[in-house]
Amino acid sequence: MLIGNRGKFYAMVFGVALTSLIITQQTSIFLGLMSRTVGFIYDTAQPDLWVMDPKVQFVDDIKPLQDTKLLQVRGVEGVQWAVPLYKGSIRARLPNGTFQTCNVIGLDDATLIAGPPVMVEGTLGDLRRADGVIVDEAAAKGKLAKPGATPDAPKTPLRVGDILELNDNRAVVVGIASVTRTFQSQPVVYTTYSRAMRFAPRERKLLSFILVKAKDGYKLSDVAKRIEKQASLAAFTANQFRGITIRYFMKNTGIPINFGIAIGLGFLVGVAIVGQTFFSFIVDNMRYLGILKAMGASNKLLFQMILLQTFLVGAIGSGLGMGVACFTSILAKNSELAFYLPWQIPVITVLATSLITLITAMASLRKVLRLEPGIVFRG
Amino acid sequence: MDRNDNTEAPQAILCRGVTKSYRSKTTEAVALRGVDLEVNAGELFMLVGPSGCGKTTLISVIAGILNYDSGKCSVFGQDFKEMSDTERTTYRGRNIGFVFQSYNLIPALTTTENVSIPLLLNGVEREEATRRSAEVLRRVGLGEKLRSLPGELSGGQQQRVAIARALVHNPRLIVCDEPTSALDHATGAEIMELFRREALEGQRTLVIVTHDSRIFHYADRVAVMEDGLVTGIRGKEGG
Repeated sequence: MLIGNRGKFYAMVFGVALTSLIITQQTSIFLGLMSRTVGFIYDTAQPDLWVMDPKVQFVDDIKPLQDTKLLQVRGVEGVQWAVPLYKGSIRARLPNGTFQTCNVIGLDDATLIAGPPVMVEGTLGDLRRADGVIVDEAAAKGKLAKPGATPDAPKTPLRVGDILELNDNRAVVVGIASVTRTFQSQPVVYTTYSRAMRFAPRERKLLSFILVKAKDGYKLSDVAKRIEKQASLAAFTANQFRGITIRYFMKNTGIPINFGIAIGLGFLVGVAIVGQTFFSFIVDNMRYLGILKAMGASNKLLFQMILLQTFLVGAIGSGLGMGVACFTSILAKNSELAFYLPWQIPVITVLATSLITLITAMASLRKVLRLEPGIVFRG
Repeated sequence: MDRNDNTEAPQAILCRGVTKSYRSKTTEAVALRGVDLEVNAGELFMLVGPSGCGKTTLISVIAGILNYDSGKCSVFGQDFKEMSDTERTTYRGRNIGFVFQSYNLIPALTTTENVSIPLLLNGVEREEATRRSAEVLRRVGLGEKLRSLPGELSGGQQQRVAIARALVHNPRLIVCDEPTSALDHATGAEIMELFRREALEGQRTLVIVTHDSRIFHYADRVAVMEDGLVTGIRGKEGG
């Protein structure tokens, strides 16, 4: 019956598709943004524990430690190795005189632990070359690319061998790496810890984190407790640190509320369009439902018909909406758009659209249950 | 469909003192004031009378789609009042066919699909329902229109489809509400001939509500209703 009424059928499919697109896309962008907040933790896979000042609230909230803390941590029972890590913002001066703030990561000189996950050009060991830095690929092509001769001329991507000026210090690009984009989409520059000390503005303390590997046979929670007790520092596993960072952003920024509103509005739009259209379809077809009832159709059968039609609309609409969202995710793959679409999001979207169709069907159910078959004899 | 419900009942329909009122919060409209009526099996029976006299209410009560307030009304010995909603729906689906003034065919379905509905509701397999529907449509002269949509048919053809739908499950009673009033005289006469030829076979009973005096002569008996009561019954010769 519904498919016979093409206008209403298309309106309902459009409503569900729009809802499913909004829910899928907004949730994916939200997750994409959230994953960028912890991208650096994901990229730094080797250590078991992240050791930091107890007041640190998230990964970019750097509260530098005294260098002696490194030695204290190394002395804790169960620690196999502990290396320093610098993480800070340093301004790079571009050839045209403008400045670009970069996330500079200073790796332990001896081991280069916590280096970039994927090298596109050069090797991690090239950092040992004089003034060597590794730049992330997106920045090399974008924010750190060399400007053209004129403002309209295309930029030239940064290449191995190019020179950068970091806080008035000479730096030579020795490698290009692929890293997870940061929340603020700032360029990421890797160098050695000692060189980072040279690049960084003068401060009394510069040690951002201590990365720890636990000895085999030691429970991470026990090692973390010992570090906390003996060095008066906080020690978290990567999972815990990601959780802390995400909770900070959830609690202290408007991001979840803004996305939550968008997703909620998407849901309401779906309920409004689909519900209203389907309800008017039911009202328009009360006579035919009455005829079916007069001819022997039970209330159960009529409700099954309604459910089948709403779920058909739900399936087609959510499929279309998610299809468009998936297509967007493919387009967004190498862009600035934060888009992360794990399998859970389509499941959530299907549940949401199922809920919409169920609400719609339930709203019509009362009308059908109260339907007097006597309607068939009214003019 | 097997007609297996109380076949030895002497009358098809027996109503005694049937009353029905429509109530709202502030008003009460009396539609039936104690109707007495007997319709024999195999009879073409017409209910006539002015608008608002209670014809449609009475036919709704007879067809089991409206509860009456008091009195007694049985169809082939079965009183709908004593049945549950589910039993009544099942009984209606097996034993009663409907023909309406405005045909009421489902516009998105083909003629064959429309005619198949009563069979499908009675649990007949789709393939068998389609075969039997096509057979009945051929009997009513629509063998060429099996795949047509209702919108592609004339009024007379649509009413033939409606008649085929009322006949297809072989019900014992067919109730018709103004079946010819939307048709011209010639088509109306064709429809009534069709009713007499096809619908009355095998002791099937037809109750027709009509204003259309041009078709009164097709009836075996005509009951005249006024103000919620049957005031007179005329036989075929007008007596």
